[in-house]
Amino acid sequence: MNIVVCIKQVPDSAATVVAEGGQASWGDAPLVMNPWDEYAVETALLQQEAHGGDVTIISVGAEGATEAIKSALAMGCSQAYLVSDPELAAADSRVIAHVLAAAIKKVGDVDLALFGKQAIDSDMGVTAPQTARILGWPVLSLVSVVQELNPEDGTIKVERSIEEGRQVVESQLPAVVTVSKDIADPRYPSFMGIRKAARADIPVWTLADLEADIPAPLVRWPEVVNPPVREITNEIISGDSPDEIAETLADKIIGEKVL
Amino acid sequence: MGNQILVYIDQYKGQVMPVSWEVLGAAQSLAEKLGGGIVVLVAGEAPQAVAEQAFHYGATEVYCSDSPSLADYRPEPFTDFVVKVAQEQGAEVVLFPTTTRGRELAAMSAVDLGAGVMPDVTALEVEDGRLIATRPVYAGKLLAKTYCETGPQIITLRARAYKAPEVDSSRTGTPIQVDAGVVESDVSTRVLGYTQAKGGVSLADAGVIVSGGRGVSNNPSLTPPEGMDEKEVEVWRAQQGFKLVGELASVLGGAVGASRAAVDADYVPYENQVGQTGKLVSPDLYIACGISGAIQHQAGMRSSKVIVAINKDPDAPIFKLARFGVVGDLYDILPPLTEAFRQRLG
Repeated sequence: MNIVVCIKQVPDSAATVVAEGGQASWGDAPLVMNPWDEYAVETALLQQEAHGGDVTIISVGAEGATEAIKSALAMGCSQAYLVSDPELAAADSRVIAHVLAAAIKKVGDVDLALFGKQAIDSDMGVTAPQTARILGWPVLSLVSVVQELNPEDGTIKVERSIEEGRQVVESQLPAVVTVSKDIADPRYPSFMGIRKAARADIPVWTLADLEADIPAPLVRWPEVVNPPVREITNEIISGDSPDEIAETLADKIIGEKVL
Repeated sequence: MGNQILVYIDQYKGQVMPVSWEVLGAAQSLAEKLGGGIVVLVAGEAPQAVAEQAFHYGATEVYCSDSPSLADYRPEPFTDFVVKVAQEQGAEVVLFPTTTRGRELAAMSAVDLGAGVMPDVTALEVEDGRLIATRPVYAGKLLAKTYCETGPQIITLRARAYKAPEVDSSRTGTPIQVDAGVVESDVSTRVLGYTQAKGGVSLADAGVIVSGGRGVSNNPSLTPPEGMDEKEVEVWRAQQGFKLVGELASVLGGAVGASRAAVDADYVPYENQVGQTGKLVSPDLYIACGISGAIQHQAGMRSSKVIVAINKDPDAPIFKLARFGVVGDLYDILPPLTEAFRQRLG
């Protein structure tokens, strides 16, 4: 069972992000593995423990953007590749999906490609299904439970969390799976894992290394702006008893005409 | 032809995700600016009844397919169907609702159509015949202005960004049946069934959300059943608190949300989580009970129209966002508040 996990490096979710000169800026906030991707890494490691094989990390990013990769290696992944190329500076999701599809092919003999739900910076949530479509693999998105994974038959059975509840789906492998946060709690890296990750050799692949036709980007984002500042008048409701406070609050809320 | 706006209606066994009609509303205002017509697409089980609703909402041309491959939702055959109609119609804009299905169908259709995709858009403007989309990024901490260099332009629209058109049941029509172009033997997934069907109002569509946080478990005066360990007592206490949260939500016709802390402590399922790693919501009214308001939670709810905070800690950051705040115990405030609304809203 060979599993690839595609991860992205993003600013920490606690970062104060502001627009400066039309660009996003997060000051000196740390760069980390996209939190959603940690669940994909954990899922991969659990399946590897059950079925053997390798867990390979692929990340696309700037040269030296290896913090996220090191976290994944410290959790116990076997190996990692960083795809980095100046040509990808203006990449859109479809370009990234073509790059990931090509990298997955280059890794070779992959049964399962795992992704987080979306990246917390761009909030697109389209890269995994796009990668699946390019590979011609089925996509099983927002998986909360892997019920069965059968490497011999080349099948997987999962529960997907959708708006109406859980959909139970069986699919042939290879497949692309995106995981929901409730699939498993990500493990903490071990001390040995952290030491190993710090010394790990992380090969960098350029677009030329991928030997694939990567299309030109079509989506442009000329400007990132701060959301309009909202003037909120704070009003603390007080009273002599909870009943009085509740009555006043109910009247005030109804007065806002949002009900 | 060649200047069409395609609108995808997301439905599940005849139940339409309400944001779908908002997307039709957005398409109608775009069609006025861009010219060209609107083609509505309905896939899935029993499309006829949904098509009928689409006519009531003002659709004039509805395409559907009763292909057995589309009876249950699977992204691959559904994408085939969308792409086939988009190509035949020469669609310049393809609009989906931001739902689980809508987002992945948009993503995959964009691959087949060689197009750009802009998901989860909250506003659209037309400049020189091109759409400029606004999308929240970094969980709404920033807004990105974005556009596609060439068509077709594939977009998903967030719930509550546009108004649904008025319903007029005198408007009817006949949907056009098309071959979905799906070969079942090419599809490598099979739906085995559904579990845990959920009822109630979904967070994304909710006009009112009442949320609970870690503070919901903080009521020492409750006496838990005997034989529970410490963690079980904590969860039990929290569940009593979430009952109060749920009762208020129910009187207001709203949905129940939760902070990450409440979900991580196993008080409520992950489906209820509001915030950067949960659901991003913008209801008309958001009532935060026992939620301190970590930056990640704020990111998920700060665009709510009116925010109300109930918290024991007067220094809780949530109060800075709140139009109305109550410094107090949610166990004291929620029951009379629910009763007050019950009296006023009947």
